[in-house]
Amino acid sequence: MLTTESIQKIDREIAKYPADQKQSAVMAALAIAQEELGWLPSEAIESVADYLGIPPMAAYEVASFYNMYDLKPVGRHKLTVCTNLPCMLSGGVDAAEYLKKKLGIGFNETTPDGRFTLKEGECMGACGDAPVMLVNNRHMCASMLPEQIDKLLEELK
Amino acid sequence: MAILGTINPLLTVGWNGDAGWRLQEYVQRGGYKALRRIIEEKIPAAQVIDEVKKSGLRGRGGAGFPTGLKWSFMPKGEGEKYIVCNTDEGEPGTFKDRDILRNNPHAVIEGMVIAGYAVGAARGYNYIHGEIWDLYKRFEEALDEARAAGFVGKNILGSGFDFELNAHHGYGAYVCGEESALLESIEGKKGQPRFKPPFPAAVGLYNKPTTINNTETFSAVPFVLNMGADAYLAIGKQNNAGTKLFSVSGHVNRPGNYEIPLGTPFAALLELAGGVRGGRKLKAVIPGGSSAPVLPAEIIMDCTLDYDAISKAGSMLGSGAVIVMDETTCMVRALERLSYFYHEESCGQCTPCREGTRWLYEIVHRIEHGKGRPGDVDLLRGLTTNIMGRTICALGDAASMPVQGFLKHYRDEFEYHIEHGKCLVPPEVQRAGSTFFKATV
Ligand SMILES: Cc1cc2nc3c(=O)[nH]c(=O)nc-3n(C[C@H](O)[C@H](O)[C@H](O)COP(=O)(O)O)c2cc1C
Ligand code: FES
Repeated sequence: MLTTESIQKIDREIAKYPADQKQSAVMAALAIAQEELGWLPSEAIESVADYLGIPPMAAYEVASFYNMYDLKPVGRHKLTVCTNLPCMLSGGVDAAEYLKKKLGIGFNETTPDGRFTLKEGECMGACGDAPVMLVNNRHMCASMLPEQIDKLLEELK
Repeated sequence: MAILGTINPLLTVGWNGDAGWRLQEYVQRGGYKALRRIIEEKIPAAQVIDEVKKSGLRGRGGAGFPTGLKWSFMPKGEGEKYIVCNTDEGEPGTFKDRDILRNNPHAVIEGMVIAGYAVGAARGYNYIHGEIWDLYKRFEEALDEARAAGFVGKNILGSGFDFELNAHHGYGAYVCGEESALLESIEGKKGQPRFKPPFPAAVGLYNKPTTINNTETFSAVPFVLNMGADAYLAIGKQNNAGTKLFSVSGHVNRPGNYEIPLGTPFAALLELAGGVRGGRKLKAVIPGGSSAPVLPAEIIMDCTLDYDAISKAGSMLGSGAVIVMDETTCMVRALERLSYFYHEESCGQCTPCREGTRWLYEIVHRIEHGKGRPGDVDLLRGLTTNIMGRTICALGDAASMPVQGFLKHYRDEFEYHIEHGKCLVPPEVQRAGSTFFKATV
């Protein structure tokens, strides 16, 4: 069910590991599948397992263990806000509250138009830039004060 | 973010943000000279290890274990062996390794290749924290440059020494910073720590002998070898050689990374970071990442920043993440957030950690929300002693030490919460501590 482009990316990951250690590429392969599909339906997890030649259960275990995999559909833009202590001291929790109010949703919820999902994050190793937010697991936004948040939400259609 | 301030810098010299990380610039700054010299002068592996040993370089990932000694534990002779770099930086308050990858990825690569040469490994991986995708891509780009220039890959600089290096991208699990969980994760499994012993030097990645070090540790290796062990040892103070990156977060005017010699007074770092935000009074500091016990202002202001002084004061230098809290901070709320983190991130393998971190969080949570019960403080203390030392990895200890530190120094705030159902620090004062809403600051 994965596109040739995704398969090519997965092949590049497999090549990083010894020939008999294909399973090492499972994290990257799941991330690639999620990037393509927006989330990880069971069929995607199974086809990743199939492609790597590992039991589906082994891939499920990985997909459910790591926080950045989405086993349920999310909005077009997943916003993860760090609220851990170092960020909290510089407005991380305030930024999350501001977003909840603006979007009218709580953590782990999606706006009715399917545009945004809000998640509470743990330390992203960027505490000096607080408040910080991660967009779709990929793009880190720093110093997110009200004005910057407003601007970002505008941009993310 | 660039490096914001330094005293006698070494690792961060020439850092120029997004404009100075490429191979060409690194070489201009003297990069790959240490590797080149080892290869050209055919310096024996044992001598490289001895030099690192003599320099007194200690691991920068948290435990401060002597690096050369760790390398010497690797079995000698032929056979598959691995070098692994730990860039899974997830200890709350720590953001130095991210800046190393942003500004100087080639120093990490050079350090890892030298380590591979020293212990006789032909393959390595850098495990990079899930949330920093752009720097994972940058590291891969740097690897391509290094491969093309002959610093990585087959027959490095014509020496006959092969070392293949790749990056592995994490996907959100704090526990994978623990070295054996990290190895499981590279193997494509859940990140559940392994029993130790055997240590990774005996049974590591794919069950082969493995040396695992922190990003900052590897990035220091070329500098150590270029300047020589004696010169490196002369920086800092006895038993605490060299400079270290300190990530300063929280209530300071200039949060960011600072490079200073170990043994520098905390007060000097606070000054570099622009002092306490808004000219307010310093209340407390967590000196070594969220797992380190908190120290009140009066104690930390008299400390130097080195492994020995911070440990004598009752805490740990850890990863060098300095979390600064001013007088607007409610200590119960601060601990509540940390306890939630450890509860969330426990991998669930050991009962004392899985259940204990849940209890710790639930009790601090009820105290914070006005539902504390008499005896809760002692209950918390008792829980920590039942968790510590009874788990496979140190996450249980990491969750317990903050609780012990907060209770030791701020018991009165917890008791006040329990008795009065509210905080000693009024909500409007707490709100003023955040810079989010400018109107209230
Ligand atoms: C729960 C836990 C989390 C850890 N997280 C990290 C981390 O993010 N980065 C790191 O370098 N070391 C981390 N460590 C320490 C590693 O297990 C290991 O000691 C370190 O990477 C060794 O490198 P060093 O000798 O260069 O310090 C963690 C340890 C524990 C118990
Ligand atoms: S605490 Fe938010 S990035 Fe570290």
